[in-house]
Amino acid sequence: MLHRRPTVSFLLEDRPANLLAVSGLGSSTWDLSAAGDNSCNFGFIGAMGQAAPFALGLALAQPEKRVVLFTGDGEILMSLGILATIANLAPENLSLVVLDNEAYSETGGQPTATAGPTDLEQVAKGAGFTNTQSVTHDSALPALREMIRGTRGPHFANIKIVAEELPLVFPYSFDGVTAINRFRDAATA
Amino acid sequence: MAKSMTSQRPVDWHQDIFDVLIAHNISIVAHVPDAGHGPLINKCEAHSEMQTVTLTTEQDGVGLLSGAWAGGRKGVLLMQSSGVGNTINALALPSICRIPFLTIVTMRGEWGEFIPWQVPMGQGTPKVLEAMGVRLFRVDASEDVGSAVEAAVNSAYNTRQSAAVLLSQKMIGAKQFKQR
Repeated sequence: MLHRRPTVSFLLEDRPANLLAVSGLGSSTWDLSAAGDNSCNFGFIGAMGQAAPFALGLALAQPEKRVVLFTGDGEILMSLGILATIANLAPENLSLVVLDNEAYSETGGQPTATAGPTDLEQVAKGAGFTNTQSVTHDSALPALREMIRGTRGPHFANIKIVAEELPLVFPYSFDGVTAINRFRDAATA
Repeated sequence: MAKSMTSQRPVDWHQDIFDVLIAHNISIVAHVPDAGHGPLINKCEAHSEMQTVTLTTEQDGVGLLSGAWAGGRKGVLLMQSSGVGNTINALALPSICRIPFLTIVTMRGEWGEFIPWQVPMGQGTPKVLEAMGVRLFRVDASEDVGSAVEAAVNSAYNTRQSAAVLLSQKMIGAKQFKQR
């Protein structure tokens, strides 16, 4: 089991300028902010289930850049159909990284389906992803970091993380217009 | 209203929509398939510079087009009125970020409908879209489709608003069902 904040920070350490990072509603957005503010970050604070579709649209629009999504098990479970859509389009520049603590941590830690028999890596495989992995030890992170930055995708990595309460770290702006304007300028630069 | 006497060609409103999309460089066409949109979807699939994306649920189209806009590309979501209900919470994203959002909706459940299950969402569609701040461009006559789509495109992409064109069931023609 890994810890979410050091995991995200490690994957983004010394990030290349062409790496765009998107995070899903809740803890993943606090994790992305904790890794350091960057104009190439866009964090969801609502619209649960829409982070992966957003990352897909971004990857289609910017094929020369790399796009990585950090999101939680609860957030991706809301929109599992997008995995089939992504697998069918197969954008080579998109990586999905799920931080799976088997719980809805923002709402009190109620168990998600992955606390039961649901295995998100198998879901991704069944949806048609050919490059998938389940990460349970941080020894897998250096290879994952390289994959996010350059290996032909799409990738799906499900990282089992410890359920832990951490201080909230807010993104650049809670104002959506301010946040998206800065991100769009960076993404299209 | 009398039909235009100056126009010689029959109105091909699918072509009119396609022409407006091309003129405005709208290159991502996301959809959950619908018979009413069928000829338009076929035209888009046949065009080399358009990318069609078949979704599993309409709500994913809201996020997809928002991400595409953040990356500098314009798109449209094609759906049936029954799919509008699936998009509602997702519409918070374009609303709060003022991301342009454009959708063209084929209406069911309002004029000559055979299937009762289409009626609740068909009747609810204008109300729920307006409740989420989406500007409506309703079309009842085929010759008005092109200008309505043009107006909606400008509303969405020039003024960064959410805009929906509602193509009435009276114009499209109610789907006929017969038992064998």
